[in-house]
Amino acid sequence: MPPAGGSPSLFGALKNGVLEWMFQWRGPERGTIVLVQRRVFILPTSQGLLFAGVIMLMLIGSVNYDLSLGFILSFLLGATGIQSMLHTFRNLANLRISPGKVQPVFAGELAQFQIRIANQARVHRYSVGITRDKHSAIYIDVPPDVEMTAAATLPTTRRGWLRPGRLTLFTVFPVGLFRAWSYADLDMHVLVYPAPASPGLALPSTEAGSGDGGAHGHGHDEFSGLRPYRPGDSPRHIAWKAVARDDTLLTKQFAGRADLELWLTWEALPGGMDTENRLSYLARWVIDADGAGLAYGLRLPGLTIPIANGATHRSDCLRALALHGLAADHT
Amino acid sequence: MVSLPTTLNTRIIGSREILWLGAGFLFASLPHLLRMPIWISVLAVGIAGWRLLQLRMHSKPAAKWLMVLIALAASAGILLQYRTLFGRDAGVSLLVIMLALKLLETRTQRDGMLLGFLGCFLLVTNFLHSQTIPTAAYMLGCAWLLIASLIGMQYTGAWPGWRTTVRRAGVMILQGVPLMLVLFLLFPRIQGPLWGLPQDAYAGLSGLSDTMSPGSLNNLILSDAVAFRASFTGGIPEPKDLYWRGPVLWDYDGKTWTAPRIVQSVNELPDHSPQIEYTVTLEPHNKRWLFALEFPGRRPPSSIATRDMQLLSFTPVRSRMRYDMVSSIGTAYGADDDRSLLERNLRLPPDTNPRTNEFAQELRKKFPNDRNLVADVLTRFRNENFVYTLSPPLLGEQPVDEFLFETRRGFCEHYASAFTVLMRAAGIPARVVTGYLGGEVNPVGEYILVRQADAHAWVEIWLENTGWVRIDPTAAVSPARVERGIASALPRTDVLPMFVRGDFALLQRMRLTLDSVTYTWNQWVLGYTPDRQRRFLSYIGFSESTWQTLAFVLMFCAGIAVLIGAAFALRDLRGVREDAVKKIYGRFCRKLERRGLRRDAAEGPRVFAQRAGQQHPELASAVAEITALYIALRYGGESGAERLQVFKNRVRAFTT
Repeated sequence: MPPAGGSPSLFGALKNGVLEWMFQWRGPERGTIVLVQRRVFILPTSQGLLFAGVIMLMLIGSVNYDLSLGFILSFLLGATGIQSMLHTFRNLANLRISPGKVQPVFAGELAQFQIRIANQARVHRYSVGITRDKHSAIYIDVPPDVEMTAAATLPTTRRGWLRPGRLTLFTVFPVGLFRAWSYADLDMHVLVYPAPASPGLALPSTEAGSGDGGAHGHGHDEFSGLRPYRPGDSPRHIAWKAVARDDTLLTKQFAGRADLELWLTWEALPGGMDTENRLSYLARWVIDADGAGLAYGLRLPGLTIPIANGATHRSDCLRALALHGLAADHT
Repeated sequence: MVSLPTTLNTRIIGSREILWLGAGFLFASLPHLLRMPIWISVLAVGIAGWRLLQLRMHSKPAAKWLMVLIALAASAGILLQYRTLFGRDAGVSLLVIMLALKLLETRTQRDGMLLGFLGCFLLVTNFLHSQTIPTAAYMLGCAWLLIASLIGMQYTGAWPGWRTTVRRAGVMILQGVPLMLVLFLLFPRIQGPLWGLPQDAYAGLSGLSDTMSPGSLNNLILSDAVAFRASFTGGIPEPKDLYWRGPVLWDYDGKTWTAPRIVQSVNELPDHSPQIEYTVTLEPHNKRWLFALEFPGRRPPSSIATRDMQLLSFTPVRSRMRYDMVSSIGTAYGADDDRSLLERNLRLPPDTNPRTNEFAQELRKKFPNDRNLVADVLTRFRNENFVYTLSPPLLGEQPVDEFLFETRRGFCEHYASAFTVLMRAAGIPARVVTGYLGGEVNPVGEYILVRQADAHAWVEIWLENTGWVRIDPTAAVSPARVERGIASALPRTDVLPMFVRGDFALLQRMRLTLDSVTYTWNQWVLGYTPDRQRRFLSYIGFSESTWQTLAFVLMFCAGIAVLIGAAFALRDLRGVREDAVKKIYGRFCRKLERRGLRRDAAEGPRVFAQRAGQQHPELASAVAEITALYIALRYGGESGAERLQVFKNRVRAFTT
């Protein structure tokens, strides 16, 4: 993925090329990224330049008034400033950055990327900033021999796979005269489901799998018995009373469920609707059907997910919607 | 974890940071506050106090217009006080007020950092007044505090406590010391000033002046300030020979003696033997005189020697100066001075001191020989009731008359002045010489320390065929002044600077040691001038080098200094856990090796432990336990000093 914000002009392309070469932008890297010394860059901040200016003034004053101690103090403060460069560098170098957990989100929500930052050195890292967009950053302190988790949030607009892109880790600690930074392009991605359409459109009518179309219509199904719990079963169908009684998880089964088949299909939506809108509505239906505790199936062009219910099923369906027409893997 | 903008400049800083900055400002300006006109100090402290009050009351920031108003009013006040805004003292006052206002205005980190930087600048201005060791130590402390407050502004997470912050600042300063030393020694020095200095730049310097009137030396006598130090290559001469010659005063207007504006310079100085060699380290006194024992036989560089044996630097001495000198003691000079020159040393203002005139005529009649006349006058001084005191009565319109015939109480300047007038009235060319007499021998550093309190005035008269010879009428009145210094010459009731009287032996020794330290400090720290730097460079073998070579040397040494700093700063980047754990496991493996169990390079610790357990079942449990600890520490992400300690103890206890 090209760096974000690249302008299409020739100059922009050239600039990106130079930056890519200079900062060794290589695209996403798998596993843990160690901010080894050659990956850490450092330059004075504007405050640093100001400080240098003040030191120059002090030196000129010392020359003019022939103040030996003025020389010593200016040199000492200047040397301390230069020493602070090493401290700033030290505050960032050798941190180990690795991807943490991610949760799928609906388009329009904020995606959260957990980034794990491990500090195996004896130095306490203070005020390490992590930013994607150069405008706002999260700051974190990492004590020696500790791994901390920072969460970077990213607004989402489109369904599909989303990467955090190249992160910039930076620090100006301890004095703010120098800014050290490093780039980490973690191989992490979050799945963005289509934004669900606003509620309102009723679920499509159920089809009677056995051909008896008249036996549906009033969403109340009759309880028919219990079966052992299987992962993925909706929590609202767990027989809690039975759990309380003998400590085994049992799932209620409902009569008629087997033959009432709720199919959420591409074709059930009005013909003039475009793909993204269709996916939006389908996402809404999945949410609603799951919310109502119904079993449902999803039929998209070229893909059918058989009828089932539960959280796994729900995420399978939403994933299918998110990736409809896109490459299934995230590369 | 906090979310903030990527640049922290606009972050609002809290009360802790403001408190630190406020303390830094107040400490840095304290010496100024004690020196400045009281209203400026009160205003500055008041503004800083207002800021702290705002913190306490959580009140709104001061209105912009109010601050502008204060700034303008303060500037106007300073202009009225000093008649300028750009002089040294006026500039410092202005800086202090502006910094106080900046503190009042400070809300964001950017403001705070600027305040910290300007605080550093304020530190340097303190050196305009004093460059002593205590001042240096105090300013170092202030710099430390300022750097700590700059660091304190950078924490985005929890405040780790003042100890951590102060330690970090101290460590950074310490790590900067090697580079500071390199820069101090090698950074090319330019002789200042770069631009015209303000009028009051050297207001604080004291020393002899080119005029002398009754009472003018008294101020000096009360001063502990060091005039110069002299270290002798041979032995230190006797006290009676320690006449340090300074301004020679020719002209008398009835009250004040003045040095001539223009004096003929000479190229050749007489060189009589025996000669005394010594080195003078002269404190700045903002005048051109270079002091030397009577009579100087050498001209220091960048100076001239005059016909009346003064050594004058080309420019006023505004920084500590060191020169090698040779003198021949107790000789006369100028036997060939012509009549016109001597004429001027006979001149007296008309109608002054008639009684002295009359007395001189009587003496002249009595003693046609100049030497006899002089001897008679000195005998009178010695035998009649003349008193040597620092607090003589005030003299009126005919000061010499009043002094010689009425009050008879005076100080060296009274005696010198009266004696010269008497000589001139009797027709003997005479003039007043001012300078220093004696000095204090410092056995610790083997040099002589001359203070302003040692200022003295004596007379020289011109005798046919001999030339100018020194006569010290004070010596006639109070021989102790010459032999044992001013403290023994004065009655105990007279006030003298504490350090001049040596009542307590311990105190005396302490103060001599202290002065010896100061001497070294002056030589090596304050006296490191461009000239000294050149000498140092030639000493280390770069005497005729081009500036490119010198730049290379500077860069090279600075690079080494930075590397030393880097070695210290980056030392802690190494992982502690991995290294220690690995090392201890290695120890364990070596113990097993002695039992004939060698771990294969490709063999994992678990597999190795199993094999060890099978071969030596008696060790199995211990090996398994240590291996489990090792795996947990090294791969299991476990950490902590306790765990490591347990691991270490088990390995230590493990015997095969």
